[in-house]
Amino acid sequence: MANITVSPTRMELTRLKGKLRTAQRGHKLLKDKRDELMKQFLDTVREVRALRAEVEEELMTVHGAFTVASALMSSEALEQALLYPKQSVELTMTFQNIMSVNVPVYDFQTQTRSDSDIYPYGFAATSGELDTAVDALGKVFRKMLKLAEIEKSAQLMAEEIEKTRRRVNALEYVMIPNTQEAIRYINMKLDENDRATTIRLMKVKDMILKESLEEKRAETAKAVKAFSSGDEAPAEV
Amino acid sequence: MATTYQIAAVGDWESVMGFRALGLDTYPVSDITEAKETIRELAKGDCAVIYLTEQLAQGMDDVLSRYKDELRPAIILIPGRQGSLGIGKNNIQRAIERAVGADIL
Repeated sequence: MANITVSPTRMELTRLKGKLRTAQRGHKLLKDKRDELMKQFLDTVREVRALRAEVEEELMTVHGAFTVASALMSSEALEQALLYPKQSVELTMTFQNIMSVNVPVYDFQTQTRSDSDIYPYGFAATSGELDTAVDALGKVFRKMLKLAEIEKSAQLMAEEIEKTRRRVNALEYVMIPNTQEAIRYINMKLDENDRATTIRLMKVKDMILKESLEEKRAETAKAVKAFSSGDEAPAEV
Repeated sequence: MATTYQIAAVGDWESVMGFRALGLDTYPVSDITEAKETIRELAKGDCAVIYLTEQLAQGMDDVLSRYKDELRPAIILIPGRQGSLGIGKNNIQRAIERAVGADIL
């Protein structure tokens, strides 16, 4: 018996049985939650891996394009060209609930409507390579935002799964066995008490029987003695 | 609950300058201490997504793990100009290990 001290009473037994029922129900629910979360998580993770590989590859292309652009322009001119952005992005964040995990959903609005109108510089002083680079980056950006969304979701879900897994294990390997053990202990103790009571009653009954038997015997002996001591009948009979 | 947030890019100047053209808030930083400070400031402000170059992320695990379980900001690692270091991919792997208890993919 794992170091739990319970008082072996019927009230405690009822309480423990209720606790066990709750624990088992909670265990089942949490297990279902864990399994479903795991399923969702693995789907998300697969998506993240694919998208990340894609984004990283495309970003490297973009970096390459920028390198080419900066090779063709002086770094001052490049800095100047990109100094004041024409475009501005605003992000709205809403939440989606996946198995009680709040995950973010991003949605962005750009200030200028058209995708082709994002160059914050005049075309005269800059090289065409810069246009290409900015354009490519604009295309990658949507994927990057999607990546941010699902990667964050994956991280949050990983945390929740870890928590749920621990709870399931704690219930399965500690809480439920301990309670069962305590219930068994109380049951045994109560049965033992029952038996003790039965035995005690039997013993008392024995004692009473013995007493009355001896009384009877004494009476008989007295009668026999009275009968055999004189020929005349006893006065009282 | 639809408030508007900012998107930030933190990294060396060459890696983040392109994002400036797209209208992101860019924070060119040169060393890790500066980057840590910037990210702390951004997290306090109204920034929802921070793109951070892997070259800088290398030395700031403490800051990254602090914001990992927060809903906001999402710190997403991107390869810097010097190329990918595979930290972003490793992070996914670590998330799996954390959730499952073993590396299963």
